[in-house]
Amino acid sequence: MDYFIQFLIVFAVGGGICVIGQLLINFTKMTSARILVIFLLIGVILEAVGLFDTIKEVAQAGISIPITGFGSTLAKGAIKGAQERGLLGAIVGGTEAAGAGLSGAIFIGFLAALAGKPKTKD
Amino acid sequence: MKADKKEQKEYKKLLSENMPKTKHVSTILRAFFTGGIICCFGQGIKMLIGFILPQAEEQELGGYTTICMILITGILTAFGVYDKIGNFGGAGSIVPITGFANSIVSQAMEHKREGVVFGICSNMFAIAGPVIVFGITASVIVGIVYLFI
Amino acid sequence: MKNQTLFFPNPVYVKETATIAGPKESEGPLKQYFHHCLNDDLLKQKSHEHAEIKMHIAALNHLLQRAKMKKEDINCCFSGDLLDEIISSNFSMREIDVPFFGLYNACATLGESYILASSLISTGLLDNAICSVSSHFATAERQYRYPLELGSQRTPLSQWTVTAAAATLLTREKSTIKITCGTVGKVTDYGVKDANDMGGVMAPAALSTLKAHLKATNTNTDDYDLILTGDLGFSGGKMLKKLAEKEGIMLEKNYLDCGMLVFNKEGQEVEQGGSGACCCGLVFNSYVYKKMLNGKYKKVLLMPTGALLSKTSSLQGESIPAICHAVCLETEY
Repeated sequence: MDYFIQFLIVFAVGGGICVIGQLLINFTKMTSARILVIFLLIGVILEAVGLFDTIKEVAQAGISIPITGFGSTLAKGAIKGAQERGLLGAIVGGTEAAGAGLSGAIFIGFLAALAGKPKTKD
Repeated sequence: MKADKKEQKEYKKLLSENMPKTKHVSTILRAFFTGGIICCFGQGIKMLIGFILPQAEEQELGGYTTICMILITGILTAFGVYDKIGNFGGAGSIVPITGFANSIVSQAMEHKREGVVFGICSNMFAIAGPVIVFGITASVIVGIVYLFI
Repeated sequence: MKNQTLFFPNPVYVKETATIAGPKESEGPLKQYFHHCLNDDLLKQKSHEHAEIKMHIAALNHLLQRAKMKKEDINCCFSGDLLDEIISSNFSMREIDVPFFGLYNACATLGESYILASSLISTGLLDNAICSVSSHFATAERQYRYPLELGSQRTPLSQWTVTAAAATLLTREKSTIKITCGTVGKVTDYGVKDANDMGGVMAPAALSTLKAHLKATNTNTDDYDLILTGDLGFSGGKMLKKLAEKEGIMLEKNYLDCGMLVFNKEGQEVEQGGSGACCCGLVFNSYVYKKMLNGKYKKVLLMPTGALLSKTSSLQGESIPAICHAVCLETEY
């Protein structure tokens, strides 16, 4: 039962974030790059002011699977780096923490491009 | 001939009155549904990894989940499924990390025919590049601000 | 030239046409009229660009075959397409070996080529000429919009680029259909910036050319059996009717748009219909041409419309200019 409620919350929060994105598309005709950037920056800001973890405790993957999660990872890494290693940590911390997403996307994108072929839509 | 401001305004008004509108209810419901499903899927994967690696820390779990989601998107994009999900779900498939991965993989695939170096590698970030630039820049700014507080 | 309109001193005849239609077009309502239908749009080529070139060459060869003529008999080719530096026309001509003019007026290229070729044939400088256009969904999508596999939603205003190639042989030799005059369009810009709303961008251009044509020829819309615009689509066509009505021009039953004809509105998910350089080429050279030969249409005004945007101009915040050329065709027995 706990799992059921947990998934329900994840569904509602994740879906809700996507609805905000859809509203942006419908009313401002934004393209995907801009929408991704906006949500990423929202994630960075939420993390920087310390709200992200509070939301995540409740919403779990509902907030960390949207690109806001990637933004928070970047900011979290930078903050941790700054506190532990000073200036260098502040600069490299974000990239280090987000390395999973970055390296994963580059590596998998490269392999998929070698393997796959774009198909016409029908 | 370029129409003057007044004519342009009148024409745009006429257009907005007569052109078919976006179906707000349907697109929003589909975005909610698609986004919700993708997030639940991510939650499921995270729990599964939690079972396999019981000692893993939160950050490690998050990293593995992200990689799994990107891997699945890569496979779906390579087989031509993700664009259909995207046409159905709209923002529901763009906002999650899978949308970020799809924008990289689809660009890389599209430019395969121009070769590996100038095709795949140099076009990979045509859509996702801004995300990385903004993300890393913002993280450095946040880091430097935290140095002083 | 009177009121943008060229009256050809000697009639120019449409001797033969050829069309090659892509797989999605072949599922549409006009399937039976096309000369050749493809069931794969990659044609076993390395890329969609190569496929478009192959399709263009095939249309030209098919035309020669149908007209029972050889390459050497052709005086000149007027061809165009949508790709950067019109590569599919240029590269097709590498195989055809005929004197060649490369044209670009986006989706209005067909009208441009008819007017130029007719002018030269009519004045006796050429005996015959081929006008050809091609477009391909995958190449246009990639150049003007997004990668094919990107998960993006089609907006309700979007149109589907037609995958096809069409070629027309114009001669001085008498046959059934003749071109009597052509109206050269002016570039019109009403400040629309939405690259998905092609119908809205091009409707004012179509109206301006239609007005000029009617004035120059001193005719009424009722004098035509069919007024056929290029690729305004359902919404753009509606818009043109509305704009024309304001000017006192009635576009009623004799008005059609190639974008509306080429696909099924229900079931093919094309939103506002077809578009692309070959949209009007495909419909005119097959469906309308055959209906003219049958005697259903005796006087047709063909008005290909084109939106003259590029990805760079859109990103730099420019609005989208549009153009429309009109060609008047009549049957003669």
